[in-house]
Amino acid sequence: MSQQAPRIGKFAAEGETRDYVSVEIAGQLFGIPVLQVQDVLGPQRITRIPLAPQEVAGSLNLRGRIVTAIDIRTRLRLPRREDTAKTMSVVVDHGGELYSLLVDNVGEVVSVSAATFERNPATLDPRWRDVSVGIHRLDGTLLIILEVARLLDFTTRADAA
Amino acid sequence: MDDLLSEFLTETSEGLAMLDVELVKLEQNPNDPNLLGNIFRIVHTIKGTCGFLALPRLESVAHASENVLGRIRDGELTVTPTAVSLILASLDRIKQILATLEATESEPEGDDTVLIGQLNALAEGRADVVVAAPVAAAPVVEAPVVELPTKSKAKAKAPAPEVAPPPAPEPVVEADNVVSLPARPETADVPAEVSKSEDGPRNEVVVADGPAKESAVAASNIRVNVDLLENLMTMVSELVLTRNQLMQILRGHKDSEFGASLQRLSHVTTELQEGVMKTRMQPIGNAWAKLPRVIRDLGVELHKKIELNMLGAETELDRQVLELIKDPLTHMVRNSADHGIEMPADRVRAGKPEVGTVTLNAFHEGGHIVIEISDDGRGLGIDRIKQKALSTKLATEADLASMTDQQIYQFIFKAGFSTASQVTSVSGRGVGMDVVRTNIEKIGGTVELKSQPGKGSSFTIKIPLTLAIVSALIVESATERFAIPQISVVELVRAAANSEHHIERIKDTPVLRLRDRLLPLVSLRELLKLGDSEGQSSEETYIVVSQVGTYTFGIIVDQVFDTEEIVVKPVAPILRDIPMFSGNTVLGDGQVIMILDPNGIAASTGEISLGDSHSREKVALKGLRSDLDRTSMLLFRAGTGAPKAVPLALVARLEEIDRKEMEFSNGKPVVQYRGKLMPLVPIDPMAEIGGEGRQPILVFADGDRSMGLLVEEIIDIVEEKMTIELGSQRPGLIGSAIFAGHATDVVDTGYYLTQAYDDWFGTTQEASFGQAVAAKRVLLVDDSPFFRNMLTPLLSVAGYEVSSVDSGNRALDLCEAGEEFDIIISDIEMPGMNGFQFAEAVKSAGRWRNTPIVALSSHATPRDLDRGRAVGFSDYVAKFDRDALLHALQATLSIHRGAA
Repeated sequence: MSQQAPRIGKFAAEGETRDYVSVEIAGQLFGIPVLQVQDVLGPQRITRIPLAPQEVAGSLNLRGRIVTAIDIRTRLRLPRREDTAKTMSVVVDHGGELYSLLVDNVGEVVSVSAATFERNPATLDPRWRDVSVGIHRLDGTLLIILEVARLLDFTTRADAA
Repeated sequence: MDDLLSEFLTETSEGLAMLDVELVKLEQNPNDPNLLGNIFRIVHTIKGTCGFLALPRLESVAHASENVLGRIRDGELTVTPTAVSLILASLDRIKQILATLEATESEPEGDDTVLIGQLNALAEGRADVVVAAPVAAAPVVEAPVVELPTKSKAKAKAPAPEVAPPPAPEPVVEADNVVSLPARPETADVPAEVSKSEDGPRNEVVVADGPAKESAVAASNIRVNVDLLENLMTMVSELVLTRNQLMQILRGHKDSEFGASLQRLSHVTTELQEGVMKTRMQPIGNAWAKLPRVIRDLGVELHKKIELNMLGAETELDRQVLELIKDPLTHMVRNSADHGIEMPADRVRAGKPEVGTVTLNAFHEGGHIVIEISDDGRGLGIDRIKQKALSTKLATEADLASMTDQQIYQFIFKAGFSTASQVTSVSGRGVGMDVVRTNIEKIGGTVELKSQPGKGSSFTIKIPLTLAIVSALIVESATERFAIPQISVVELVRAAANSEHHIERIKDTPVLRLRDRLLPLVSLRELLKLGDSEGQSSEETYIVVSQVGTYTFGIIVDQVFDTEEIVVKPVAPILRDIPMFSGNTVLGDGQVIMILDPNGIAASTGEISLGDSHSREKVALKGLRSDLDRTSMLLFRAGTGAPKAVPLALVARLEEIDRKEMEFSNGKPVVQYRGKLMPLVPIDPMAEIGGEGRQPILVFADGDRSMGLLVEEIIDIVEEKMTIELGSQRPGLIGSAIFAGHATDVVDTGYYLTQAYDDWFGTTQEASFGQAVAAKRVLLVDDSPFFRNMLTPLLSVAGYEVSSVDSGNRALDLCEAGEEFDIIISDIEMPGMNGFQFAEAVKSAGRWRNTPIVALSSHATPRDLDRGRAVGFSDYVAKFDRDALLHALQATLSIHRGAA
């Protein structure tokens, strides 16, 4: 689902640019590398998985394949969404398995260049720092770049309370 | 690659694999002309094709081998281990060359003159071929050194280089024990390679007798590319799911014109599915094919005598899974041979046969394939493991002190662990077991181990057949649906408050009485933490009775739907640690549901599910004695004083009756129960009979007689060792024991039973305790569980160590297993083998020939007594005369002691 996205703001097309699918969670904009995104889904029927880690919202059926749904809000220790009827999700492939990352909204594909890249501020919540590789300064907003591998690696880490 | 070359590689690899097996067989049957003919023909074919394809190295090596084999076939040369080793060495060389050929499409550089020289020398009967087997492999070492830097695949095809000294196959110099065993790097390579060489229906591996027959066999088989089959399988799975959806829709439209056609479609789909699955299933024997050779080579190299037993080689499993376990299996077999089996001299000294045995046993169980690898060697050295754990800082002294032996054994699965004092070229490099475990767990399997010092060790691999489509029962709990594999479901019970089956609670633990047994229950809702149970017990619920190994239990669910065929998909890696689920699937209506794993559920209820239903006799029988220690006791309150206990196995039913229903008959309280009059006996003679309210009773039954024991309150069921601490002189009590932390009086059921029926047993006597018989071992043989459970506690209190079995055959099994007893008590009237026959069997031969055997019977005519004496019974005691029994035991033992 990659489209030609209009440039956001005015930056020069110098150096390397990367494309990210922008998603919105709790008012914050995040970016997922476009090449990792397989599908974007609307609200789905998700089956709860008992005894699963709390980040796992359940599983859903995508054209015959079973996809594990991960609630990013829980992963980032944000409060659960009130109105779950309109939850969107982004399907990524990680290690041969499909995962559906539940987000509030899916935006467009944005192209960003190295010029706008910043490291995560030291004061950022450690859990967020854990899953993100950095931030891009966009016009009017900040885009937090997520790293899918770390996002999905939550069982082995002991989260600080 | 050239088609011709590809064909050649596949065919030749198959031929070589066959040759391995055949040559080992030949060594054991040197004069079998068929074997010889086969072997010669295969090598001849290889030589011919090599020549045709202009592969000089291969041709010359094959030619030299063929010479030797020709001589042997013509009877001019005898089959000696040397000869066989040399030919095997030449086969290995061919394999290496093939490997390079496959990778680079041309023969590798190298020189085989030494090997060919030896082969020729052997063929010509020259004496200078005195090479010992391992050394024969040495010349092979030259070649690999050249090829290995470029091709690690050579290792996969050539087990021999590993038998040679370490330097050659390992280009990497390692400090201690970090090395690549064939298992690891090749796992990726091997499937690709093997896929080319082991395509197609396994029938092709069957060796035909002569060229004519071979072509007939070949004509009925076709090689098929594995990927093609894979696609076919996926397609068929999708077809099955779509078929399920259609059928579901059809169910909603009873009279549809589509009905008949869809039914037909459904049948055809099922058959198609079965057929395609068959193409993927291969017998595990294929994975074992190389093992006879491995064992043989190991035996020669280590100067040990080892025999390989392969049971269940025809057990089938999916070929993908087969590929993945080949290497772990080989590794474990090598471990057994290398570490487990002792040197022949040591074995003889330990009283074992000189030839050690490694046994492979494969079978299906509950949706899994179970493979056991066991040996009768020296077992795992616990002290060595402890040492190693300490020295590698994996555990502290304190840790080790608090671990059980089983836990300590688990250390061998840690990376880098090896207690071998020397790193031999075979094993001991310490990367084996952790890799094995990882590989097996990757496909969703488990590895367990058991070991007995001095006796041997046994590894059990359990691999789920997740790649299959299975039949599953769909159940619902708390509005969530789940699937349970049909294989694990024994039966379904509907439980409602007023029906015959209802869930009873023993202090919050739900149980179900099913055909006179008490079934432990587990609530799915609670197990999976699905939410509160509101008003569960009043409505009807369903119980899925499931069996795991020998453990039967029930799962409480809200609703049961029908059985569906589902495609099992493994759970995502994140969820793999949850033991309750063995996979998930998509139902006909598109919803994803989890598949429950009864193994996991059983484990979580606290029962460690040991004991596969195919458990080896020895393990099962040895368990007998220890089982006896823990008895399920029902604790209750009756009268004043301490809580009381009675063996649960004796209790037929727990009932509650209305006090008003109690009547008197003949001066004794009775109640109408199930159409008969059942006598009631109060534990406390002062207790009030009748009155208001509910009265709990324990119902004992034997045959068609029942008796109700009046109690005040049922407390709990515990399972503990019954060691009667204080014997009791009071009638009705055997003694005191500690259960659930409290001093509890153990009720003498016999006493109360005779209160109900005078003739249930004869006279009541107090248990005679305190006899200084110093724990003589008694074997009790009686088919009635009632009597077994009755007599066992009595005999224990009398100071005997009691084992009991339910038939003469089981007793004889114990005899064969090497168990010893001081005295045997046997019932006469038993189904199958009766007491007389049993006594004859015991007295005729075997180690129990001199063990005194006492007969127990409710018949005691003079004729019976005569017959008893004739078959060898030392004494004949009436069943209901406990006192006489105890006296008889004492007397017989002292006579026997005196005589012995």
